[in-house]
Amino acid sequence: MKAPRFSYVRPASLTEALNLLAEKGPEARLLAGGQSLLAALAFRLSDPQVLIDISKLPELTGVTRVGDKIRIGAGTTHSALGRDALIASAVPLIAQAIPHIAHPAIRNRGTIGGSLAYADPAAELPACVVALEADLVARSKTGERRIKAADFFTGLFSTALEPGEILTALEVPVASASDRCALVEVARRSGDYAMAGVALKATLAGDRIIAIRPVFFGLGDAPVLAHGAAQALTGGPPTGERIAAAKAALATDLDPPGDQHGGPEMKRHLAGVVLERAIARMTNSEARAA
Amino acid sequence: MSEMIDIALTVNGEQVRARVEARRHLIDFLRLDLGLMGSHIGCEHGVCGACTVRVDGDIVRGCLVLAASLDGARVDTIEGISDTGEIRDLQDAFIARNAAQCGFCTPGMLMAAADLLKHQPQASREEIREHMSGNYCRCTGYQAIVDAVETTAKARAAKA
Ligand SMILES: Cc1cc2nc3c(=O)[nH]c(=O)nc-3n(C[C@H](O)[C@H](O)[C@H](O)COP(=O)(O)OP(=O)(O)OC[C@H]3O[C@@H](n4cnc5c(N)ncnc54)[C@H](O)[C@@H]3O)c2cc1C
Ligand code: FES
Ligand code: FES
Repeated sequence: MKAPRFSYVRPASLTEALNLLAEKGPEARLLAGGQSLLAALAFRLSDPQVLIDISKLPELTGVTRVGDKIRIGAGTTHSALGRDALIASAVPLIAQAIPHIAHPAIRNRGTIGGSLAYADPAAELPACVVALEADLVARSKTGERRIKAADFFTGLFSTALEPGEILTALEVPVASASDRCALVEVARRSGDYAMAGVALKATLAGDRIIAIRPVFFGLGDAPVLAHGAAQALTGGPPTGERIAAAKAALATDLDPPGDQHGGPEMKRHLAGVVLERAIARMTNSEARAA
Repeated sequence: MSEMIDIALTVNGEQVRARVEARRHLIDFLRLDLGLMGSHIGCEHGVCGACTVRVDGDIVRGCLVLAASLDGARVDTIEGISDTGEIRDLQDAFIARNAAQCGFCTPGMLMAAADLLKHQPQASREEIREHMSGNYCRCTGYQAIVDAVETTAKARAAKA
């Protein structure tokens, strides 16, 4: 279908974009890569009056190291993240996620900020930033604030962003030599949104897990941090017994709604499968995080 | 801020100036405004890949790019990369392997395959399948397409 009528503006700076957003209020929508928004408009799922194109804003792109954090501009495309050497070495969980996101032609336009702001419950990057305990940086006309990733995703396609705010960047701790990570998902076809997936980050001491954050996607309204499974895995090496206990804990950690892929029971089963595979991948030396 | 936007861009090496409706996507712009019918529209929401074209050297879904956002951009379509001879060997391999039946998906397939051959000239069969997995074909069953891309990759490697 054709999108409804709207007008379009491409501000030259972040300040100009913020002013426009404040002035136009709820009639305006930000356009980043357009890979979710333009598809939604083709379905006429929303009817904005004006699109404010932030995809070319220099303030929003790039990956830099700032102290012990990696700062990722919200406008950085999936493709750019996938070939970034700093991401590969310091934020390997995101590097692992990229090939699972759609297809090359979509990754060339879609941005990490767009993915986080859109907050699709089956998307990879929201789960990654929760696992990585990233801070998300939101800017409005009146100032800037940092939102913890765990507080950012408030429900189905909804976030803690306020009207008038633009997500400008995220800040992720640099992976240390004792960190491990893995992202595993099950999808019907390569590039599809996941039926079920998990992004996890762990800190090891020898072969003992001393901390772990398994965050599931496609299994709730938003990314779900599985506290029970984390507890079952913490304190020793990931033995068969511990993994079985972690999988059992998912029964209370997760309450997946059924969707077009299948009912809650199938989703629960897949959650156990991806968790077990992710732990295997994480302990494999190739998955070393640093 | 307007529903009609003026743009100046390069399409297949030629300068183009146009006034477009803000909501016009790149494929309608190419087909309806410029008469370049090689890029196809299938699903019109990002799923099928029939609309694959290049913007500033990278492949994109033309149905998910607004023409209005392309002021200053360089666009290359199947017409352009056919005329330059860049994919002559790939096109010959498609014919030899019978990789086009109805032909609807073919321009998008060629754009996606050309992108792979450029960035991953050593791609394995598995990598070819992965790279092309966003382009749907309702006729060939894909094997012939993968064969054609693989043949081209091997022939180019042998020449290099
Ligand atoms: C066929 C297809 C398959 C896909 N498969 C996957 C997949 O498997 N996994 C996956 O994760 N994604 C998938 N995607 C979506 C893709 O990753 C998008 O790139 C992403 O969801 C949105 O990013 P964008 O930059 O295109 O945002 P846009 O589409 O431009 O914007 C999305 C929303 O976010 C808002 N927004 C954008 N940037 C900001 C910002 N900086 N601050 C505040 N609000 C902002 C917009 O106003 C809009 O509401 C798929 C898309 C398609 C078309
Ligand atoms: S027409 Fe663009 S992806 Fe189908
Ligand atoms: S040849 Fe008919 S869709 Fe591919």
